[in-house]
Amino acid sequence: MQRPVQLFVTCLGEQFYPNVLQQMVAILERLGFTVEFPAAQTCCGQPLYNGGFQDQARGVARGFLHAFGEGDTPIVSPSGSCVDMVRHHFLELFPPGSAEHELARGMAGRTFEFSEYLVRKLGITDVGARFPHQVAYHASCHHLRGLGLATEAKQLLAAVKDIELVPLPEEETCCGFGGVFSVVYPEVSRAMMQAKVRNIIGTGAAAVVACDAGCLMNIAGGLRQAGSQVRAMHLIEVLASQGSAR
Amino acid sequence: MSGEAPKYIEFGAYSRHVPPTIPVAVQQATGRFLGTRAARVAEMENWEALRQAASDLRLHTLAHLDVYLERLEQQVTAAGGRVYWARDAAEARAHVLGIARGCGARTVVKVKSMATEEIGLNHAFEQAGIQPFETDLGEYIIQLAGTGPSHIIVPAVHLKKEEIAALFREKLGVDAPADPVALTAIARAALRERFLAAKMGVSGANFLVAETGTLVVVTNEGNGRMCTTVPEVHVAVVGIDKVVPDWESLTVLLKLLARSATGQKLSTYTSFITGPRRSDGEGGPKELHLVLLDNGRSRILADEVARETLKCIRCGCCLNVCPVYKNVGGFAYGWFISGPIGAIFTPQMLGTRAGRELPYASTLCGACVDVCPVKIPITKILLHLRRRIAQGDRVAPPSAPLATRVAARLARWSLATGWLYRLGARVTPILEAPLARDGWIRWLPAPLNRWTQVRPMPAFRGGFRAWWAAHTKGRSTP
Repeated sequence: MQRPVQLFVTCLGEQFYPNVLQQMVAILERLGFTVEFPAAQTCCGQPLYNGGFQDQARGVARGFLHAFGEGDTPIVSPSGSCVDMVRHHFLELFPPGSAEHELARGMAGRTFEFSEYLVRKLGITDVGARFPHQVAYHASCHHLRGLGLATEAKQLLAAVKDIELVPLPEEETCCGFGGVFSVVYPEVSRAMMQAKVRNIIGTGAAAVVACDAGCLMNIAGGLRQAGSQVRAMHLIEVLASQGSAR
Repeated sequence: MSGEAPKYIEFGAYSRHVPPTIPVAVQQATGRFLGTRAARVAEMENWEALRQAASDLRLHTLAHLDVYLERLEQQVTAAGGRVYWARDAAEARAHVLGIARGCGARTVVKVKSMATEEIGLNHAFEQAGIQPFETDLGEYIIQLAGTGPSHIIVPAVHLKKEEIAALFREKLGVDAPADPVALTAIARAALRERFLAAKMGVSGANFLVAETGTLVVVTNEGNGRMCTTVPEVHVAVVGIDKVVPDWESLTVLLKLLARSATGQKLSTYTSFITGPRRSDGEGGPKELHLVLLDNGRSRILADEVARETLKCIRCGCCLNVCPVYKNVGGFAYGWFISGPIGAIFTPQMLGTRAGRELPYASTLCGACVDVCPVKIPITKILLHLRRRIAQGDRVAPPSAPLATRVAARLARWSLATGWLYRLGARVTPILEAPLARDGWIRWLPAPLNRWTQVRPMPAFRGGFRAWWAAHTKGRSTP
């Protein structure tokens, strides 16, 4: 039986990680889903919301609500923080009783982060991947604390063939991205990013894995600046892997 | 804040030039506290239940603050103390100076108190020709250094022992080695005489028990007992948010406080002060004065979301766990209170015009929310205050720079307009092509250089929609 899911690609995902999106589609199709892509989607409004511009965020969120519409098809996204936005903050943007509030309520209940959907909703931990490398895992803040996903990504990684998970010191400490924070206070962001990068390099792992495009852009940039060969990878890239590192 | 407008707090400017020794010293100390805290929390089976109980009882107290404050006043008075109400810092200072003049104090000894830092009491004493002596080791050090505290429970956390030794040599003219035991002995010797000479002792209080009119003072150095019992007159300056209904409530909060702060089960000294001495045969001061400080707290109380800020019991745990605080130190936050709690408290107390940079000094990572013993929803309040700053609310008009507000409108327009968003996604990779090499961009024009000056940026790639169209070609349209 073909079950439908809707892709919520996120703006950062679409602009910077199209390969991750393609791999996500491939995995979902392999699992027997019919993948839909509501083409009117743009951004969930999180950058504006976190900046304090709720009125502006509301305008963007409204577009999101109409792009995905009503219905009960699960919406799956490769970003913990964007799902956190849809699940926890959309409701605040529209007054209770309004049609949009009801639409947002429905969306909050059917929008899932990718690892959450696989492990919690489908009970799947093994997607048949092979990745013969040492890997460290960075727990993205909104993924971990916003959605409460402490083990899901690690369960998926643990089931990957020939992978070796190495512990990352201060795994749960923020990498310094923080959306607008990274450009409002770049020097502080850098200090946090450098601490994260030092910890990652110290593990000796070939790759660091996270579940959010923002963190990955920050960490990857930091690793590159440090002259490190460690790859910053989205969880999905590892799960789509069938052998070599690339 | 009567009279003078609060000074604009430049978190950003400070953060660009943090003295490199500060993060090192701060991370060492906070790391130690967090380690012992984790051990204490692990021993407690009911930690989460305690946090919830503490949160509930703090909210309950705040909701009925008028009742508990009146009861407190009655009980303090009945125990022989005197209560003063201070609407703002100036009134509080005037009360304290009046009491000092009344007893003819030339010198006063002080226990570490954030409330007196808040009202700038030491400066007021000096202006009035009265010499204040801080007696907590950390406060003693920063008083010598001429700065405010950089952490609410360890005020001199930003200094390494070598720096403290150098400060002692410079200010006290003694031969001070960089050894904590020796430095403590030097301070102790200098302070002993101050305790004996001072007519007046000043303290804050961690809690005020309404049921019995009892001041609760938690310290680790014993200086608290000296300050509140040796001088003839004891003055306590305490925020109105510190009241707790009864002793049962107090036990819940005491269980959480030391464990969250320093990882101790209980602080070395927990003093319960109920009134002055009852007869000349007893120890303790002849007079007890309690100055209850509002200074904007009742205004915070009126804001339903932000009200939870006042649940704070000043354990400092949110500072210890905050990666931002640990990289900038306390001075970046511009007032006596720093870290995540400072980022929400200060802009409410001093206003979002002066404090507009602080709510943005967070990645919203939520580590503070996880550890807060009274469950203050710090990230939620940060967002609430960001909204006040960006677009204004009932409390204050917007204070964000005009350029930021215009940029937000442009961002909304381009993100919420489908064709414009898709056009941008196609044009940007072409525009930035000359800047990209190996998929990375090392330089971008202002204001985007704020990303690239710190780390390179991955080049825009896009192309998902084209891939999708090809991938689903021939599929019956959904």
